[in-house]
Amino acid sequence: MSEETTKSQTTVVEDVGTVPAEAFELQLGPSHPAMHGIVKLDTIAEGELVVGMNATIGYLHRGMEKMCEHRTWDQNVVFTDRLNYVSPTLNNAAYCAAIEKHMGITLPERAVWVRMIVSEMGRVADHLTCVTASAMELGGFTHFFYYIKARELIYFMFEKICGARVTTSMSRVGGQAFDLYDGFEKEWREDVEPQIRELIEDGSKLITRNRIFYDRFRHTGELPLDRCISYGMTGPRLRAAGSDLDLRKDAPYWFYDKLDFEVPSGKYGDNYDAYLIRMEEMEQSLRMIDQCLDKLPDGDVMLDDPKVFQPKKKDTYGHIEGLIHHFKHVMEGVKVPAGERYYAVEAPNGELGFYIVSDGSGIPFRVRVRPPCFMNTAALTEMCIGGQIADIVPTFGSINMIGGELER
Amino acid sequence: MNELAIQIIATVVKFGVLVLGFALGLAGLLTWQERKQSSYMQDRIGPNRAAIMGIRLWGLPHFLADGIKMIFKEDVIPDNANKFLFHLAPILGLSMVLISLAMVPFGGTFNLFGADVPMIIAPISEGILLIFALSGLSIYGGVLAGYSSDNKLGLLGSMRTSAQMISYEVTLGLTLVGIFMVMGSVRLDEIAAMQGGGAWGVFLQPFGFLLFFAAGIAETKRAPFDLPEGESEIVGYFLEYSGMRFGMFMFGEFVEIVLLGMLLTTMFFGSYHVLPWVDVWTPVHAWLVQTLGNTTLAGLITAAGQFAVFATKVAFFCFIQLAVRWTLPRFRYDQVMRFGWLFLLPLSLLNLIVTAVVMLL
Amino acid sequence: MKPITLNLDKVAQALEKAAKDAIVEKIPVEGDDHLVVKADQVHKLLETLKNDKNLQFNFLTDLTAVDYMGYPGREGERFEVVYQLYSQANNYRVRLKAEVPEADPKIRSIADLWANADWLEREVWDMYGILFEGHPDLEKHGKIQRLLMYEGFEGHPLRKDYPLKKHQPTIELRTPIETEPDPPYQWTKTEKIEQYGLTDGLDD
Repeated sequence: MSEETTKSQTTVVEDVGTVPAEAFELQLGPSHPAMHGIVKLDTIAEGELVVGMNATIGYLHRGMEKMCEHRTWDQNVVFTDRLNYVSPTLNNAAYCAAIEKHMGITLPERAVWVRMIVSEMGRVADHLTCVTASAMELGGFTHFFYYIKARELIYFMFEKICGARVTTSMSRVGGQAFDLYDGFEKEWREDVEPQIRELIEDGSKLITRNRIFYDRFRHTGELPLDRCISYGMTGPRLRAAGSDLDLRKDAPYWFYDKLDFEVPSGKYGDNYDAYLIRMEEMEQSLRMIDQCLDKLPDGDVMLDDPKVFQPKKKDTYGHIEGLIHHFKHVMEGVKVPAGERYYAVEAPNGELGFYIVSDGSGIPFRVRVRPPCFMNTAALTEMCIGGQIADIVPTFGSINMIGGELER
Repeated sequence: MNELAIQIIATVVKFGVLVLGFALGLAGLLTWQERKQSSYMQDRIGPNRAAIMGIRLWGLPHFLADGIKMIFKEDVIPDNANKFLFHLAPILGLSMVLISLAMVPFGGTFNLFGADVPMIIAPISEGILLIFALSGLSIYGGVLAGYSSDNKLGLLGSMRTSAQMISYEVTLGLTLVGIFMVMGSVRLDEIAAMQGGGAWGVFLQPFGFLLFFAAGIAETKRAPFDLPEGESEIVGYFLEYSGMRFGMFMFGEFVEIVLLGMLLTTMFFGSYHVLPWVDVWTPVHAWLVQTLGNTTLAGLITAAGQFAVFATKVAFFCFIQLAVRWTLPRFRYDQVMRFGWLFLLPLSLLNLIVTAVVMLL
Repeated sequence: MKPITLNLDKVAQALEKAAKDAIVEKIPVEGDDHLVVKADQVHKLLETLKNDKNLQFNFLTDLTAVDYMGYPGREGERFEVVYQLYSQANNYRVRLKAEVPEADPKIRSIADLWANADWLEREVWDMYGILFEGHPDLEKHGKIQRLLMYEGFEGHPLRKDYPLKKHQPTIELRTPIETEPDPPYQWTKTEKIEQYGLTDGLDD
């Protein structure tokens, strides 16, 4: 069997309107088992070769940014859950951190460490989902069940912390609404993490060195580094192309500069490199959670400033000032000073940025989410043209397009 | 009773036992086993809800439930479909495989009621060549299915089906030529008989066995070669079929699994014989004739024993095929073609040459 | 942490050289410097930012717009198109804001500089109605295609004068259904309803 799967001549057809001879139009439509998150791909193919493609998105647009302008700052945390719904804790934390940076408030240390722990758990869940969804779409169903079981363990822990698996809403402006429960560290270290590691290992044995999987993923969906940068891609897909851009290392936020971890980067910019990078990042994230649990200080996760953070229940029901603060907090919201701020974190897909504009009141004036998978999906057509129809599926799986984030 | 009547009754009984009872029953059971086996491989429970009068039996009634459900489903035919081909395709897909079942032996020849009754429904002189011809025709089932539904994804599936199956038929045939050379016959019943007291096919043609297994899985369109029905990519050539028509395709696929298992046991694993290089059944049959004094009864008991051995081996091979299906992801189209033409075909030719050389020496 | 080797003054200097008087205001904020620039010079400025050897802003991180209608104390135009840029070599982020008037919201497209500007500008058109001159869709299709909304959507949702709960006109089915629509549901009175006297919603 030849080592390289030779790609046919790359004919990038920009204009999908004029159809080349002997080509036919195939719509990998919105209802398709592999288009999870819903994207419609109008493909023009000659036999198996894709010569033109047009991606249509917008099937999950819910008007998040518009709705954010009508609710208070804290109420919008609920919308951020539903952005990248596989790693919700990270979105919550990023949004709240953007507001806190703008206001200039410092959180209690424990809040930041807890944010980092749940964010890294979200990252592991996201990478598990991405890798296993693309393996399942290739026909490796067993791998799917192993990794989904690993993801379930993470979601069980989220549920024990805050009561919800996916719609966690853990962060507020000024800290975390839910602290880690008693016995979290013990359960993670003794029970959950060894199981997750074992399941990752089992799944990896199934496909990493599997010849079929390698052939399907290697040299498919390739995008050279300069095109990746031109598309503004960040995250595992950019690192697969050879860059080592990672916001946790280049511009450390929270306490990432106190942690010891590595950032993997690839060579070819294809799906297989992205897969390997995601597997390695999971390993690094598990290391990071370990270090965070070692360094976790005692204290409160909620800021003690009643103007920013909703007072605790004993204050609300005990003192009149607590009640007033609670009332004003719920009815009017946190008074964020006028101005604007762009704040970015390293989400599993890349750079998740929040651009917030405030007019001084408790209701945001504009909240813009810079979705990382938007840039990846914009590059999808270029990645698929020149390949085969059967290559669309692993490519689409490896850009990790999450519908909630793409279309807010 | 005259001989013709005995042969006719025997054929009907053989048909009932082998085809209806064993093959179709096993194929139906495989639908359940696929789900149950895959679930045990994947660390989950699998179907266990269907019960007959309160008896669950690990979810066995599920395959009955599936069959009944499919019969009652609405039969949707696309408006622009070619009606004749649309109706013809599942018939072709299923019937050819069922006819092939008639050519597989599950026992030796016994003297029952005064007539020599071979334990094979249709002992024709062309033997396995007819099975090949029929599987060639069954390709049409897949091709016509996608072509006649008015759907581009289905058409893609049929194109892939036709290319894949034609490519792997060649390897199948060539590996079998090795067996023919070694066994000296094309007839399956003779091949099965020859493996009693001699080496089994797998010892004579180990490489041929592996090639035949790989090509056979490709012929049955199971993973990793299931890109014609690649469920999550292009849904498959039977995309527009619903209800029992779809059921016929699926059932045909499971019967093909059983057929592949049968062919493997017949040619490579000694069919109904228990041990290689030791002929068990001849002394057993002789002893039974002595003790019981009645060739018919002895013959029936021996035949039942041979059938049991045969059935176990077939079931084992079905189990292996199911395990392979749930472990490996699927190939891409050009990789399948490359694998078939540039890898399996030269290897099967090499196998043939080596066999010929060894036989000359 | 990678060192940051740029600051707002150097960027502003380089931009002044490229286009005179294009910068309206410089606002240095720690970690979040931004500039307000004139809309007609935006393409030139961004080209400089991208291609200048010292600046090397190779990432267009984000392209969005803000509708400032109703902002207390606002003196500029209604719309602002916001370009967020990142220079990997210098590890520096900068934001450019260009004011676009309400009467004829137009600005030149930067789709020839960065590949993701195509979709980002489509989204801004979709949400705000700001036309990007020179956008690739204008040659291919004659109008900028909507990205997140469906074809046939009327209005630009993120504008402040688009109410949150506005109803859109119903879209006709592509192939009209030939059967009759279902008749309205016939409520039946049961004894319980008679017993409890519940008559809400029942047609008598």
